[in-house]
Amino acid sequence: MTAFHETFGRMKQANDFSGLQQAVPYAKFLGISAAIEEGRVITSMAYADTLIGNTTLPALHGGTIAALLELAALFQIAYEIETEAMPKTITITIDYMRSGAARDTYARAWATRIGRRVANVRAEAWQDDPSKPIAAANANFLLA
Amino acid sequence: MSVDPEKFQRMIQSQKFLDGIPHMGALGVQLVNFEVGKVTVRLPYRPEIVGNPDTGVIAGGAISALLDNVCGSSVVARVARPNAFATLDLRIDYMKPAVPERDVFAFAECYKVTRLIAFVRGYAYQDSSDEPIANATATFMFTGKGMLAQAKGL
Repeated sequence: MTAFHETFGRMKQANDFSGLQQAVPYAKFLGISAAIEEGRVITSMAYADTLIGNTTLPALHGGTIAALLELAALFQIAYEIETEAMPKTITITIDYMRSGAARDTYARAWATRIGRRVANVRAEAWQDDPSKPIAAANANFLLA
Repeated sequence: MSVDPEKFQRMIQSQKFLDGIPHMGALGVQLVNFEVGKVTVRLPYRPEIVGNPDTGVIAGGAISALLDNVCGSSVVARVARPNAFATLDLRIDYMKPAVPERDVFAFAECYKVTRLIAFVRGYAYQDSSDEPIANATATFMFTGKGMLAQAKGL
């Protein structure tokens, strides 16, 4: 089996991430897809009833938003650098600002620093307006 | 709010409470233990939630969702009332990857509640709670309106 970071590298070179859900089972489970816009990875989570945490509001499960932010941060690092292995999350802190409505959610990330061993990344998730994030995360990843 | 407190108490201690949360149902999360302010749940291993297909390790995101949820459950287990609340902040430290093909357990304890905020710590583990795979710290805010979806009809 081809290592995931190699698969991601090929998707990056071809600028075609349509194979993401096939390469990562959990991406399929969450309905995650990725696309490049102006040199940045935009990670999307397509709405599905299985993502709901509170059926009264209704609102997305906070855990799905955490997962989206973590994947967005991971994809941005993998997009920016050639890794020898899939970066591993060391720690992630998520701030929830607004409840996630029952609709598609998007996320983008900025690598604030990519060192030899560790990458520091900030990620934001939004639904209708990127300037009004529903949640944000700071994450550190171990490289190689 | 016309919720029978006794019925609510019984419901939150049962699998019904988790089953009322669609994303937990999708992950197949099972209640293991429930006591005042403390909850333990189990995430069964399944290929659909693998993050790294090279290794078969469960995605960090699934562990995050599990920890977010068990932390919230511990708040319900402490306050035992149907008021809705929202996650303010969640920090997760990943100490080691989950061993493939094996279930992941998560425990959380709500150790302090104020009028508006609940403070929680928790962890995820497989074999032994002495060797956690991830630690979580979370705060929740009571939103002051609405109630937990599961409390409807009680």
